[in-house]
Amino acid sequence: MIEVRGLTKRYGEKIAVSDLSFTVQPGIVTGFLGPNGSGKSTTMRMIIGLDRPTAGSVTVDGRRYRDFAAPLTEVGALLEARAVHTGRSAFNHLLALAQTHGIPRRRVDEVIDLVGLAEVARKRAGGFSLGMGQRLGIASALLADPSTFILDEPVNGLDPEGIRWIRNLLKALAAEGRTVFVSSHLMSEMALTAEHLIVIGRGRLIADTSVEEFVRRASGTVVRVRTPQASKLRDLLISADVTVTSVVSDTLEVTGLPSERIGEAAAGAGVTLYELTPQQASLEEAFMDLTRDAVEFHGAASAGAAAALEGQV
Amino acid sequence: MTTITAAASATSHSAPGRPRLTQARIVRSEWTKLRSLRSTLFTLLAAVLFVVGLGILISWGRASHWSQESPGDRFGFDPTNTSLSGTYLAQLAIGVLGVLAFSGEYATGMIRATLGAVPKRLPVLWAKAGVFAVVTFVLMTIAAIVAFLGGQAMLSAKHIQTNLTHPGVLTAVIGAGLYLTVVGLLGVALGALLRSTAGGIATLFGILLVLPLIVHFLPSNWSRHIERYLPSNAGQSIINVVHDPSAMQPWTGFFLFLGYAVIAVAAAALVLVRRDA
Repeated sequence: MIEVRGLTKRYGEKIAVSDLSFTVQPGIVTGFLGPNGSGKSTTMRMIIGLDRPTAGSVTVDGRRYRDFAAPLTEVGALLEARAVHTGRSAFNHLLALAQTHGIPRRRVDEVIDLVGLAEVARKRAGGFSLGMGQRLGIASALLADPSTFILDEPVNGLDPEGIRWIRNLLKALAAEGRTVFVSSHLMSEMALTAEHLIVIGRGRLIADTSVEEFVRRASGTVVRVRTPQASKLRDLLISADVTVTSVVSDTLEVTGLPSERIGEAAAGAGVTLYELTPQQASLEEAFMDLTRDAVEFHGAASAGAAAALEGQV
Repeated sequence: MTTITAAASATSHSAPGRPRLTQARIVRSEWTKLRSLRSTLFTLLAAVLFVVGLGILISWGRASHWSQESPGDRFGFDPTNTSLSGTYLAQLAIGVLGVLAFSGEYATGMIRATLGAVPKRLPVLWAKAGVFAVVTFVLMTIAAIVAFLGGQAMLSAKHIQTNLTHPGVLTAVIGAGLYLTVVGLLGVALGALLRSTAGGIATLFGILLVLPLIVHFLPSNWSRHIERYLPSNAGQSIINVVHDPSAMQPWTGFFLFLGYAVIAVAAAALVLVRRDA
């Protein structure tokens, strides 16, 4: 279990993480979601003591990371930037880490096999592809068989096979009762892996929710209706709680009414319907909605497009 | 994913003792790090070759030109120091290697893995400095002995050699190893302080090589009082048997040099603990 309480990190004038509080439970995969630059990596670095919090605290199973007698057996971490000397072989890299804790050499070979690096383990890590580098990082996280895993963007640079492998690995680790905390800036990836979500933006907590709940909230109440009598139906449906927008001349998008009620209203008034479809807002859209105000760097083009759309409506 | 469970259960019965951090284990880890980089091995080899090769070569040169040298050239001839002259070149290799001990980890990101495994951090500094000091001292002292013996063999052609039983000679030979060890320690400290290979190397050789030159340009009644206390001048006084009266005594000078290195290591310790990785 990871407990983050009032965590704040300031670099000079810039606040990277601001009064962040959440708990990561064991036994499930918890996704840590936020746009680039939202403070995910900083938070993760503070969990294992690489960065010192300006205020607040973070504990793993009730203790500060630096107070553990065998830190690697408590937390296995894969951080975003590579943490490997490019001139050293994967085997020697892992051996040096293992030796700090007196972990036997046999275990080094085990984790190398486990992540599928056996063939390149004696080669210099500097020549590794991004995917191989990620596998080596995961091997070092697994090395001491820890009860908590912290992985920063683990699927970066992996091929589809590798991505599926990580997904299954994380789920298997959680199923064994471990705490698994995984960051990503991709909602779709998290939806497939995580059961719980911590969403942050600009260093602040935006949501602390189950994936199920997040999906439910996200899947919209928007219903698409196609009818030759669009203006008649619009007048019929519109009210304080219901908004109706028109995308194409014969198509309406209704927010605030379930499809059943729209169908009934149309039947009652004798309006012909060609189509009546509840819209599943994609998770990606829901995530974008949620973090829109918290995104650090808006693309100029997308900002322009958004303004143009607003103009039309 | 049956492999995960298999691997997990494997550790529980393959570990002889419970995994735990100890200073001795961290030392072992740093030894693995040192020996597993090809660049380290090449640099150490270069340092050995500099001490041995240059020492013998220069001794041979002095011996073969001895008969043409004027009494002025011969005045103050130090057969021990002549055979140890490779030390002055080897300090470049050892110094760079010392700086790289930390700066190499900062440059590649390895430092995050290192400090993630040892979050108290200071044991890493002690282990790195200790392993580096022992390796440097052993190798460089052996190299100095070989250079001394080889050099004296060259000088014996003109009967201008010395031997280890003469006063101050053994101190100078071991002193060459000690001097290079402390140069390495200064490098380790500067690498940890500045976290940059270029900055660390520039600072180290700025202190060791450039500072004496600059002080030399000062008015002589100033420089006369400062020169002997400069790190490299103080440290190198142990490698001389025939003494320049303006220099410090061998051991006094060496301990002053060591003192400078200790201050640098202490500053590195402070910074290592305080700053974010």
